[in-house]
Amino acid sequence: MRSYLGLYFTRIGFSVATALIGVFFALPLVWFIFAPFNPRAELGLSIPEPFSLANFEAVFQNGFAMRGLWNSLVQSVGGVILVGAGATLASYALSRSPIPGKSVITYILLLFSSVVSGSAAMVPIFLIINGIGLIDTQIAVILVFAGGLLPTAMFILRDFIDSIPKSYEESAMVAGASPVQAFFDVALPVIRPGIVVVVVWAFVSIWGSFLIPFILLRSSEKMPASVAIYSFYSEAGTPIVTLLAAYSLLYSLPVVILYLFVSWKFGFRFFGGIKA
Amino acid sequence: MASIRFKGITKKFGEFVAVSDLDLEMNDGEFVCLLGPSGCGKTTTLRMIAGLETPTSGQLLIGDRDVTFLHPKDRKISMVFQDYALYPHMNLADNIAYPLKVRGEAEAKRHARAREVADVLKIGHLMERMPSQISGGQQQRTSLARALVYPSEVYLFDEPLSNLDAKLRLEARGFLNHLQRDMGMTAVYVTHDQAEAMALATRVAVMDAGKVVQYAPPMEVYRRPATTFVANFVGSPPMNLLPVEATIADGALQLKADRVSVAPLPVSRSAAAALKNNGKLTLGVRPEHLSIARGGEANTVSGQLFANENMGPEKLVTLERDDAARFTARIFTDDVIALDATVTLGFSSEHIHLFDPAGARLPMDGEPV
Repeated sequence: MRSYLGLYFTRIGFSVATALIGVFFALPLVWFIFAPFNPRAELGLSIPEPFSLANFEAVFQNGFAMRGLWNSLVQSVGGVILVGAGATLASYALSRSPIPGKSVITYILLLFSSVVSGSAAMVPIFLIINGIGLIDTQIAVILVFAGGLLPTAMFILRDFIDSIPKSYEESAMVAGASPVQAFFDVALPVIRPGIVVVVVWAFVSIWGSFLIPFILLRSSEKMPASVAIYSFYSEAGTPIVTLLAAYSLLYSLPVVILYLFVSWKFGFRFFGGIKA
Repeated sequence: MASIRFKGITKKFGEFVAVSDLDLEMNDGEFVCLLGPSGCGKTTTLRMIAGLETPTSGQLLIGDRDVTFLHPKDRKISMVFQDYALYPHMNLADNIAYPLKVRGEAEAKRHARAREVADVLKIGHLMERMPSQISGGQQQRTSLARALVYPSEVYLFDEPLSNLDAKLRLEARGFLNHLQRDMGMTAVYVTHDQAEAMALATRVAVMDAGKVVQYAPPMEVYRRPATTFVANFVGSPPMNLLPVEATIADGALQLKADRVSVAPLPVSRSAAAALKNNGKLTLGVRPEHLSIARGGEANTVSGQLFANENMGPEKLVTLERDDAARFTARIFTDDVIALDATVTLGFSSEHIHLFDPAGARLPMDGEPV
C-alpha cells in the first residue's frame, strides 16, 4: 500500500512541476493573443477591457508596415520557389546518379551554407550584390536567401530521397517512361512529403530574417515586415506596445496558416507501394 | 516474343566482377530461371536485360536487335520487381494502366484494358483502392498485372514471390506456371529458391560467382548436376556428398571411406581419365534415393543418429559421421520410424553420382555430357 501511495504522490508532484513549466512558457503566448485587442496594452499581462480592434485600425493605416507584409510574402515565396525547385532537382541528382564522392560534395555544401548565410559573410555578400548592381532590389534578397538555404535543403532532401527505393523509377522506365516522365509521374509524388518539409522550413527562415533585407535594401517601400516592425518604435527607441502587439499577430499569421495548410493537405500518407 | 542472347557479357562494379564473360542464349518462348545464391550475379544479369545496368563489355541481343546500350523504355520488356514498386500515390487502376498512359492511350481505353487484366488476376474489384489498402498477395498480383497489361517481347521477374508467405507463394507459383503455358512468353526469372526454378523453368541457369555453372532443363540439372555446387544447390534437402578413396582394380572402380561400403562400379571413361590408378573422388547420393538398411551390406553408409524429422508424408533421417559430415535420407512413409543410436542408410548403384576433386561431374558411359 505504501508503495502505491508513493507512486500517487510522485505522479501528482510530476504533474504539478510540468504544469508550472507549461505556464511559464504559455504566459508570453497569452500576452501575444490578448495584447493586440487591448487599446491600453502594456508589457504586463491583462485581459482586454474593453475588447477592441482599435490597435489593428492604427496598424492598417500605417502604409509602410502593410507594404512590409506584402514584401515579406514576395521575398519568401520567391525564395521558397527557388529553394524548393533547386533543392529537389539537385538532391534527386545527387541521390540517384553514380557520381563518385557525391556525399563529400554534399557535406562541403552544408559546411559552406553555414558560412554563406551567416553574418560573417555579410560584407562579401554586400560587395558582390553591389558589384552586380542588384542593391536595393527584391531579387537580391531572394537570391541571397536561396543561396544560403539551398545547401541545407539539399542535404535534408537528399537524405529523404536516398531512403526511397530506386525501383519506383526503374519500374516506370521499364514500363516505357522516359527518365523525365519517370521523375514527374512517379518520383516527384513520392518525394513530395520531403519537399513540403523543406519548403515550410525555407519559408519560415526567410519570413523571420532581419539582417539580409536590412542590409541589401535601402528604399523603405521594399522592406519586409521583419524590418518594417521597427516603425512601431518611437524615435527614442521605445516600443509602442499596442501597435507592436497588433502587428506581431498579423506578422505571425501567414506562418501559422502555412503550417495548418500543410498538415491538412499533405503529411506522410503514402505507404505500401514497396513491400519490405 | 523474342529470343535473348548474351555475347561475352562482363559487368564490373568497381573492382568487383558481378558477371564474368557470360555467353547465354534464351530461345523464343522459353522460361529461363537464373538460380543461385545471393551475390552470384543473377540479378545483375536480369537488370542488364532490362537495361537498368549497362554491361562493362560484351553484346546483348533481344531478337535481332542489339540492345546493349538501349534505354529500358525502348526495349519492349516487362518486369516484375521483388518489392513490387507499386506507385503509392496512384490507385490500382492507375498503377496497372501506367504503362499504357506512357504510351499515350486515352484514359477510358487504358482503364478498360487494366480492368480486363485485373479480372484475370482476380483483383478487378479492387481497382479504386490504393496499394497500401490491399494485402501482400494482392500487391504482388497488381505488379504482375502492370507487367502484363501491354504486349512485351520479354518478361522479366526479379524474385517476385520472395515477399509472399509460404502458402501464397505456392499459389502464385502455380499461377505463373499456368500463365506461361497459356501465353508461351519469353521469360527470365531470377530466384534463389531451387523449388521455384524446378517448377517454372523450361531451362535453368545455375550461377555461381558471376558464371553460369550449368544451363539445362530442370530435370537434367536435377538428375545430372554438372558440379558439386549444383548438386548441393538443387534439391531439398541437397545431395549428400562424401569424399572417398577411389582405386581401379580388377577392372572395377572401388570406392572406400570410413563406415561406407560401395559395391564395385564399372569403370567409366571419365573416371579412368580422372584417376589413372587411384585418387580422391566425391561420392554423391540424393536423400530421396536413400533408405534404412542393415549394417554390413554393400552400398550403405553408417553413422550416429543426428535428427529424425517428421514432415507428414515423409521423414528426414539424418546421421552424423565421425568426421562431422552429415547424411540425410528422405523416406516416404507416414509411419513412425523407430531408430537406434546407430543408423545405416542404403542406396543402389544406379543412384551414385561421382565428382572429381575439382568438383566436376564424372559422367557414366553413355550419359550425355
